[in-house]
Amino acid sequence: MAKNKKTETTTVTEPVRTSGLFAYAPAPESPAAAGDIAGSYGHFIGGEFVDSSGSEALKTVNPATEQVLAEFAQGTDEDVDRAVKAARKAFGDWSALPGSERGKYLYRIARIIQERSRELAVLESIDNGKPIRETRDFDLPTVAAHFFYYAGWADKLDYAGFGRNPQPLGVAAQVIPWNFPLMMLAWKIAPALATGNTVVLKPAETTPLTALRFAEICQQAGLPKGVVNIVTGDGRTGAALTSHPEVNKVAFTGSTNVGRSIARQLAGSRKKLSLELGGKAANIVFDDAPIDQAVEGIVNGIFFNQGHVCCAGSRLLVQESVHDEVLDALKRRMATLRVGDPLDKNTDIGAVNSAAQLARITELTDAGEAEGAERWSPSCELPSAGYWFAPTLFTGVTQANLVAREEIFGPVLSVLTFRTPTEAVEKANNTPYGLSAGIWTEKGSRILWMANQLKAGVVWANTFNKFDPTSPFGGYKESGYGREGGRHGLEAYLDV
Amino acid sequence: MSTVAANAPGAAGGGLSDVAASEASLRRFLHGLPGVDAVGLEARAATLGTRSIKTSAKAYAIDLAISMIDLTTLEGADTVGKVRALCAKGRHPDPGDPGTPQVAAICVYPDMVATAKAALAGTPIQVASVATAFPAGRAALPVKLADTADAVAAGADEIDMVIDRGAFLSGRYMDVFAEIVAVKQACLRADGTSAHLKVIFETGELQTYDNVRRASWLAMLAGADFIKTSTGKVAVNATPPVTLLMLEAVRDFRAQTGVQIGVKPAGGIKTTKDAMKYLVMVNETLGDDWLSGHWFRFGASSLLNDLLMQRQKLTTGRYSGPDYVTVD
Repeated sequence: MAKNKKTETTTVTEPVRTSGLFAYAPAPESPAAAGDIAGSYGHFIGGEFVDSSGSEALKTVNPATEQVLAEFAQGTDEDVDRAVKAARKAFGDWSALPGSERGKYLYRIARIIQERSRELAVLESIDNGKPIRETRDFDLPTVAAHFFYYAGWADKLDYAGFGRNPQPLGVAAQVIPWNFPLMMLAWKIAPALATGNTVVLKPAETTPLTALRFAEICQQAGLPKGVVNIVTGDGRTGAALTSHPEVNKVAFTGSTNVGRSIARQLAGSRKKLSLELGGKAANIVFDDAPIDQAVEGIVNGIFFNQGHVCCAGSRLLVQESVHDEVLDALKRRMATLRVGDPLDKNTDIGAVNSAAQLARITELTDAGEAEGAERWSPSCELPSAGYWFAPTLFTGVTQANLVAREEIFGPVLSVLTFRTPTEAVEKANNTPYGLSAGIWTEKGSRILWMANQLKAGVVWANTFNKFDPTSPFGGYKESGYGREGGRHGLEAYLDV
Repeated sequence: MSTVAANAPGAAGGGLSDVAASEASLRRFLHGLPGVDAVGLEARAATLGTRSIKTSAKAYAIDLAISMIDLTTLEGADTVGKVRALCAKGRHPDPGDPGTPQVAAICVYPDMVATAKAALAGTPIQVASVATAFPAGRAALPVKLADTADAVAAGADEIDMVIDRGAFLSGRYMDVFAEIVAVKQACLRADGTSAHLKVIFETGELQTYDNVRRASWLAMLAGADFIKTSTGKVAVNATPPVTLLMLEAVRDFRAQTGVQIGVKPAGGIKTTKDAMKYLVMVNETLGDDWLSGHWFRFGASSLLNDLLMQRQKLTTGRYSGPDYVTVD
């Protein structure tokens, strides 16, 4: 296994020594709080857990320990067909329900998620590798908020700006990634159900557990059978699902390559498609920025969720006049990041989600180093088992470097410089992606000017990685099309 | 504490010696400091507040917090008896456990300094006196200086002065600067040593974070040995974001000048949980160099008993209760 153990110890000016006097004792969340994890799982179809028609099973591991958590079914074409038929069957009654009734189910789901949030947060950390601090304080609150938000829309669709009585599409095929398993599920399922569609959702093959737990929540909420169906498996299952002829809508979040192949597959069909794909966001720091908060924003932009964030601020564009000051402060701050056990409440950076992803991060960073960019990581001890990657900086990066162009999807930041606002915009937009961008300056007029120039779906000003169910999210260019969240997010599930 | 070199007005190196040459240069400098984004600052303080301090870390932090307390009584009703009792409490915070650390200082009004000094004789506990027409600071400069000199003459080891918030808010930074320099002078003792000077901003009255950053640099440039948030006498006293900002200021000041300044949040810090949050901020912003009563203080009165109750809980495994710690 390729493990990144490279921890250079370049001296940072004025290092913060936090490992000395006041060392935090382990503060582990109990793994038992995740509830019972079954030895093996089938699919959730027509309101019940059912066995796969095939015999192939996949394993999901805890990326922090490499221990197998459970086996789950590799969905076959037959399984997918069964799930789509169950969703089709449920569609008539579900779409005929008054919006206020559909809203009640969504409110109920949202409340159950809140009630079971500790359980879900721990389960998500175990299956995904992300720190409990994030699942507890970010993922789960956002998941519940999304269901609450779209529950509110269910009986107000007439006023959403799509004309009177907008109609649902039918059966939605939804394929989600592993970086925010439950949150991506919420972003997909909540608007689909609010608008009267039924869904077949395929979670990622490395993180199926919270989706399967969500299936239990659907049962607990008394959701009519077949409204939500969960079919597990790898890309083959996903392809079977998105290409199924009785599907009316495909929603995909994941890599640009897979998104492209789905778009090809769907070309000429009547299926409605929304794609939320990769990104290589620029986080732009001007010389009049609030430096301490900008550094926090840079850290949050790229090291949040181990950098497994499509809208991660993976390119830092810093004005040349403050380059040294910002880099010194950034390195000092990075030296305080706590990498380790995702279930420890004081962990800032958890485990990389899979061996495959770790290999990709390692490959890209090695290539970046070979190209001549200067690499730096704070000295930090990585656990011996599991998939880990130390937070990493590349300085001396130019637009031509691989690490400035490719989406790495890991805790790796490339630092570039600019001299003028125009140059910042040119460099920021000089990417095939366009999902997000960040601007750091105390000058309000510059924020507005920049936001108009940047070809990115989300532009954050003096903050980064802030999400709210009321705000639409989505990309320009190869970052995809369609919007999730907000009023705009309804359109993807309405026949308008 | 005598080993700690005092900050001297205008002594700051790092190219800052001319900053206070004129009203204009001082203003230019203070307004040229990086801005503070309120949302980001508050978010950072809140995130640090989620650190989970358990077992051995908690035991360490509780004892550290006790040793950082400026145990305070600043009431019109203060009497010699009350101050003596407070001093006894500071010497033996938990009479049932002699291993309990002593507090850093006893903080009183100037007329109580002699009493406190006598009650603390033979201990390393410092006597801190508020001065300069505390808490409002609305008096003529000679009155403030006399107030200070009186406290120093009575034996105060430390002076907690208030800045002239009116002058600061109306942009007369040089007046504030000069006043700190003058009070610092008044801290001098006949033997050439000097009482340590803590400068209180009353951040609840300065209101904006930009003001707090400017006040921090102003005071450090003028010779403050400590910068302190509040008097404890207004509606909003120490908050985690304000304290974090001041920690960043002393960090940056040392990076630029080599001079280390202490920080004292005061007012409203009542529970062990609160204190832990502050210590986490110190730990992750400044590190080991500030993790002692020489460089970080809590201005507090009721905090001590909560720390003692938590300490007893760690030692015995049981929660005791307010009847098992002394009221003063």
